[in-house]
Amino acid sequence: MDVPLKWLAQYVDWDLSVEELAHRLSMAGAEVESIKRSGGNWDQVVIGRVAAVEQHPNADRLRLATVDYGADEPLQVVCGAPNLAEGQTIAFAQVGAQLIDPNTRELRKLRKGKIRGVTSLGMVCSERELGLSDEHEGILELSTDAALGTPLADVLGDVVLDVKPTPNRPDHFSILGIAREVAALTGGSVREPSSSYQESETPAEHRTSVTIEDAEGCPRYTAIVIEGVTVRPSPQWMQDALTSAGMRPINNIVDVTNYVMLEWGQPLHAFDHEILREGRIVVRRARTGEHLELLDGSELKLEPDDLVIADAERAVALAGIMGGAESEISDSTTTILLETANFQEASIRRSRARHTEGGTEASRRFEKSLNPDLAELAARRAAALIIETAGGNALAGIVDTYPGKTHSPQVVVTQRRIEQILSVQPSVEDVRGILAALGISNRWLPPDRYAVSCPPWRSDIAVADDVVEEIGRILGYDNLPSAPLPGAVPDPDMDPERVLGERIRDVLTSLGLREIITYVTVGEEELASTTGSSDSVRLRNPMNAARDRMRTSLRPMGLRTFALNQRESRGGLGLYEVGKTFGSNPGRQPTEERMALVLVGGESLASVHGEPGRSLDFYDAKGVLEQLGAGLGVEFGLSAEVKDPVLVRGQSATVSVRGKQVGVLGKVSQSVAAEFEVQGDAFALELSIAKLAPLMREDVSVSSPSVYPSAVEDLALIVDSETPAGDLAAAIAGNGLVESVELFDIYTGDQIPAGSKSLAFRVFYRSPDRTLTDRDAEKARRGIVRRLESQFGAILRDS
Amino acid sequence: MSARRAELLAADSDGPALDVTLPGRRPPLGSLHPITLTRRMMERTFRDMGFDVVEGPDVELEEYNFDRLRIPAGHPARDMWDTIWVSDDGSGDPRQLLRTHTSPMQIRYLERRQPPIRVIVPGTCYRYEATDATHEWMLTQIEGLVIDEDLSFAHLKGTLEAFVRRVFGADIETRFRCDYFPFVEPGAELGVRWQGDWLEVLGCGMVHPEIIADAGLDPDRYTGFAFGMGVERVAMLRYGVRDIRHFYRNDIRFLREFDQFRGTA
Repeated sequence: MDVPLKWLAQYVDWDLSVEELAHRLSMAGAEVESIKRSGGNWDQVVIGRVAAVEQHPNADRLRLATVDYGADEPLQVVCGAPNLAEGQTIAFAQVGAQLIDPNTRELRKLRKGKIRGVTSLGMVCSERELGLSDEHEGILELSTDAALGTPLADVLGDVVLDVKPTPNRPDHFSILGIAREVAALTGGSVREPSSSYQESETPAEHRTSVTIEDAEGCPRYTAIVIEGVTVRPSPQWMQDALTSAGMRPINNIVDVTNYVMLEWGQPLHAFDHEILREGRIVVRRARTGEHLELLDGSELKLEPDDLVIADAERAVALAGIMGGAESEISDSTTTILLETANFQEASIRRSRARHTEGGTEASRRFEKSLNPDLAELAARRAAALIIETAGGNALAGIVDTYPGKTHSPQVVVTQRRIEQILSVQPSVEDVRGILAALGISNRWLPPDRYAVSCPPWRSDIAVADDVVEEIGRILGYDNLPSAPLPGAVPDPDMDPERVLGERIRDVLTSLGLREIITYVTVGEEELASTTGSSDSVRLRNPMNAARDRMRTSLRPMGLRTFALNQRESRGGLGLYEVGKTFGSNPGRQPTEERMALVLVGGESLASVHGEPGRSLDFYDAKGVLEQLGAGLGVEFGLSAEVKDPVLVRGQSATVSVRGKQVGVLGKVSQSVAAEFEVQGDAFALELSIAKLAPLMREDVSVSSPSVYPSAVEDLALIVDSETPAGDLAAAIAGNGLVESVELFDIYTGDQIPAGSKSLAFRVFYRSPDRTLTDRDAEKARRGIVRRLESQFGAILRDS
Repeated sequence: MSARRAELLAADSDGPALDVTLPGRRPPLGSLHPITLTRRMMERTFRDMGFDVVEGPDVELEEYNFDRLRIPAGHPARDMWDTIWVSDDGSGDPRQLLRTHTSPMQIRYLERRQPPIRVIVPGTCYRYEATDATHEWMLTQIEGLVIDEDLSFAHLKGTLEAFVRRVFGADIETRFRCDYFPFVEPGAELGVRWQGDWLEVLGCGMVHPEIIADAGLDPDRYTGFAFGMGVERVAMLRYGVRDIRHFYRNDIRFLREFDQFRGTA
């Protein structure tokens, strides 16, 4: 909303700099997004008159204008504007003036120049060159009484505040609304504009009637009939005001409706009464197949959901958005019907979205939910201005159909509530003064209460705290006190999955992996190829139509991100993500499962000093799992029984904790790798945090290191080549004196029978309470060997 | 002893001199994602002030995301959030959407807890919004809710000023301006002066009395405040990130840039 300060000053006085005024408005809720100054650069631009026009000798499209600008000698300039004519009052830029280049839109200094052989000593300006608007079709023609040579800034210069209203404040879409803010913020008061006019004796009902068929869409419709108007250009002050606020003057009737809309925030529309069949108004939904040509020339095919203003026969306006072309005010119009109505915001929004791009000045205001009580105030103001500028007689009364009238309740707010919420003690006079300046009528009911009424231009004063906000924001939030939180700290609401997710991030980060966070939406096909199922939650309006599913797995985006980064990282790459997946759950909210995915591949270390790197393999991924287990205090078990659409059979495993599966680990298949453009081998570890969390032990404690020395011994065993090494290690570790066991060598070859392998373990014996003797170790060793022989058919290999 | 020592010293100088300018063998450096780093830093400042941390569902019911936050269908304020909707499965079940803010957790938390309430809710939110250098359709928010007897706007200011000082430095200048969110009254926006400019950091306000009453509490006795802020925005200010789209592109060259902030979260 453009708020020109010259216009604003008609209603309120202030004694602040422009910057301070804008600042205070912003702080109080009417955010000033920018301050535009017209005239700030117009140092060498003055009022001039086109004394003579002649054709340029060397160019068909150019003419030579002799401009009288109050100096002793007029100057000649070359001008290409088609609307240049002798006798025009114009904005004349002298050499040295700063003008906006119409092409680059940047300021440029005007120089003396020769155009097609003729010297040009200045310029007759367009609106765009002056920064007034985008208009550049022709020169700006002025109608001013100011003497030639008067600086243009004295005539047209203004400061315009660009205010961005919040959805609850349609009154900030009006100059008067901003004036009330200024009055409250400066301790001043608002000068209300005049709305009085003479009515004739004929009642308006004799010339029109209003029927509202859809009271929900149109809570109120007022009509005023004015006869005998003369349509002509509106007075200069009104044209200047509209121009300064960014609207184009059209004629006195239309200009008044726009002027009052900007003044009060209530859109209005004037119909040529003669064009209305039977002179009456019907507010209804459009009929199937109904058409309407709008003022801007667009031809609409209406939908049955569109609310229209119709006469006895056909639609004549798209309610609350734009009038129709046929009933438009023309030069020959003599009787007008002035509409000031209220329309439901949702209905306007639907029609606006259907038929316009970005809406109109009217629809923008209706969409903020106007108070229907505002209609009558604006209607009377507009009638007064029409009679002032176009003559005519208003018929008696307003035809007011108000099915949505509700008795707006008084809001009671206590002084105690103001103090409770704001922690300040304003006096009763201060509170009442603020409300009065805002135009909010109020009564003081001692000892503690104020009775407050919501004014017609607002609809956001409904409960006591709405009034508290008015007091707080006008006092200034920055002037209110500040205090630390008192009272008890509540007990936390522990979420074990959330805590575990954070621990997993920490451990994986410490293992040298980098966390990624990817988008939650994926494509149907990539879900199917990475999970074996495309059953998933589908989005109605995804950002990208190719990714319209909520992920049921971190795999697709993980693999994509892995491939992206392979190009940029030399050596090994290790990424992980901790995030939610979403399972469809018909009829209910999806199940949300927290997951972790690790992807590793490439070379373990970049080649340093020419030493060769080593390719990461399954055991690197498994090592991540083992260290994660160490970091979380969880023992993960692996089983080669795995069926997974991404993992290679024989090089992958399920991951479980105490027999319950929590994830998978293994090599990513070549076909999936190729689909995601992953280069070389990649290995994945996927864990369900949701499944793991309940398996975490709570009864954990640390054991003190034994002070007694350990005994170390190596055991080399020959077993069938299919026997898992982990099973032997577990059997060894099962002995009570074994502290730990490490596999340090694997051998197959000539030295041992075919189909078998040799595994060499280093066994550490230790007791927590005594020093072990050779006999103790020997006894333990015999027990272990016996067990391995009977359980695995292992043969002790002589070392 | 001294002979042995001389021998060892001699042995030390026996080896060839190393080229110390050769690169070292670097153990891999892992990293938290910059949004995790920033989120944790923000969470910690609130934990220090006694806040609990909980999370809520990303796929929400329309009722929780809008209606129960006093944003009914057709309300002008719905325009403040462009929404990504879940496809209607035709069953006539309640409409679902990707939450546009973490505020629904205000309602969900109030369903299971009684005052005193002091909680933050980090979470991912979604907007149907074209992306550019400062807009991303997926974003991370931290919501806050504090309700107790007789809390005032002064406590809102004191808490959020303390937060901003911890995140942006003790000398940071702050200001509160009036703003509008349907579920608070009075509503405000907190700005900081950062490198010369005033920048909005978060929206906040006193919890609307109807929300307190809907939770079965007496709004004359219980009052409180709520706030919401974007983690990406704080990360962009703190770390000088100029394009928000870097965060979820996960280019490792970008992620590595945050190695220098290790341990700050």
